[in-house]
Amino acid sequence: MAETPASPPSLPPTPPLWRRLWLPVLVFALLALVPFVWGERFILGLVTRAMIMAIAALSLDLILGYGALVSFGHAAFLGLGAYAVAILFSHDIVDAAIAFPVAILVGAGFAFVTGAISLKTRGVYFIMITLAFGQMAFFTATSLSAYGGDDGLRMFHRSEVFGTRILANDTTFYFVVLGTLAGCFVLLKMIVGSRFGRVLRGAKENERRMRALGFDPFRYRLAAYVIAGAICALAGALFANLGMFVAPAYMTWQRSGEFIAMVVLGGMGTLIGPIIGAIGVTLVEEWLAALTQHWKVIFGPMVVLVAIFARGGIVKLLERVAGK
Amino acid sequence: MTAPILSLNNLHKAYGALKVTDGVSLDVGAGELHAIIGPNGAGKTTLISEITGEVALDAGTVTFDGADVTALPVHARALKGLTRSFQITQVLPGFTVLENVATAAQAHDGSSFRFFRSAGADRRLNDTAMAALAEVGLAARAALPAASLSHGEKRQLEIAMALVSQPKLLLLDEPMAGMGREETERMVAVLMALKGRYPMVLVEHDMHAVFRLADRISVLVYGQVIASGSPEAVRADPAVREAYLGEEEFG
Repeated sequence: MAETPASPPSLPPTPPLWRRLWLPVLVFALLALVPFVWGERFILGLVTRAMIMAIAALSLDLILGYGALVSFGHAAFLGLGAYAVAILFSHDIVDAAIAFPVAILVGAGFAFVTGAISLKTRGVYFIMITLAFGQMAFFTATSLSAYGGDDGLRMFHRSEVFGTRILANDTTFYFVVLGTLAGCFVLLKMIVGSRFGRVLRGAKENERRMRALGFDPFRYRLAAYVIAGAICALAGALFANLGMFVAPAYMTWQRSGEFIAMVVLGGMGTLIGPIIGAIGVTLVEEWLAALTQHWKVIFGPMVVLVAIFARGGIVKLLERVAGK
Repeated sequence: MTAPILSLNNLHKAYGALKVTDGVSLDVGAGELHAIIGPNGAGKTTLISEITGEVALDAGTVTFDGADVTALPVHARALKGLTRSFQITQVLPGFTVLENVATAAQAHDGSSFRFFRSAGADRRLNDTAMAALAEVGLAARAALPAASLSHGEKRQLEIAMALVSQPKLLLLDEPMAGMGREETERMVAVLMALKGRYPMVLVEHDMHAVFRLADRISVLVYGQVIASGSPEAVRADPAVREAYLGEEEFG
């Protein structure tokens, strides 16, 4: 420190691009190949559902993985987005150009109001309050008798896109969902690496230090919560279109728990991890359910094993296997 | 004398019957290094936390840079240039050393509600951060996670974070705590170099360091300032000698 460097000190090197990109490229390439290898409607529908869950899990990762905010009511946003589309449909507003933005705004609005309240709390209280808001959304949906109540609400066809019915084709719909997933992945990747994302991550690392540096973590967490709610509602809008049906069951707390499992098993705070986790969980559930109706007896221990032997999730495991 | 940068006026704070701050009034002049010493439990760290806003006062006012900041929250005071280091180091352990300092610089570089451009590739923030790391002697560690630093290095990192925070006053809470001889020497040298550039409030147990660095010393005992003045005057003060009786490191 006595010696002053003549030239400004050089920045440390960043890791090579391929090391950061190989896994996302592999995942998205495999997903793009699926319709060409397995054309069956069943497989296509299953993987489409898995990708929609992946969008939801991705949005949860922003607040859970990067903000350390364990939201136990995330399924509410999926349901809100789905209901927004289906309710508009029942009023003959069938175009995605209107319905999807409305769904996103509904998700963002609900996130803003509930987030402003729940983010005043920490830890277990935050979990409880998000769970409570999630249950409120669930019971509100069951009591919407004009829109099917418990039985849910049916759409006669998928949303139109500027008056066309191109989404009716399952393969087209598949690629629309894949494109949305890729878009959300890139968007969130940018956000977590931005100045905003850095403050969010910093508040997770050490909130006291961030305050002393001059940041008010609440505002950044609320903004992240709103972004996550909006993206999850978009997943809901796609979900309504997949089966052309919505029901209160989309918002159960069990599904919120499943989202957490997808994020944790895949790898919190990695973005690609929750995508792998969501797809893995959806496919394994389907496969086990076909084997036996007691599939949860097998699925439970599998989750436990991954949690114990793959700390940091499947992504960490894959990176270890891939060497270095 | 010019207006003090920091002015504490009759601060009071009690936890139940325990008066941790009992009528403290202090001025820190522009460019001054003001040390606060006192036995364990005298309320030194509490006093720092009252200045930063982490601890709410029962009574009294904190005036900083000509404005009453008593009602402001921690982050708002920090943005005004009231910059602290912690007794127990507070870094962002999962961030690299460089990103720790860049994050501190970011707080003073416009809004952080910017969502798209990579912060890690931001030249201005990184250059500012590297310059500060070089100043405290940590440039070679820039790419390491902060968690992997030694205790002394984390202290240096905290100083670097303070330097890029556009400080108008540095509050240093025991920067030498838990350090070995060699690390202490390095920290004294760093503080010597900063002295005069920034006014500082230094809470420290290492008396050798305090008497070498301080322009003025205030002695805090049971939440009260029992003496305040030049190092020579404080060393000679009988009340101070009594408070420190038996502590051989003193004097």
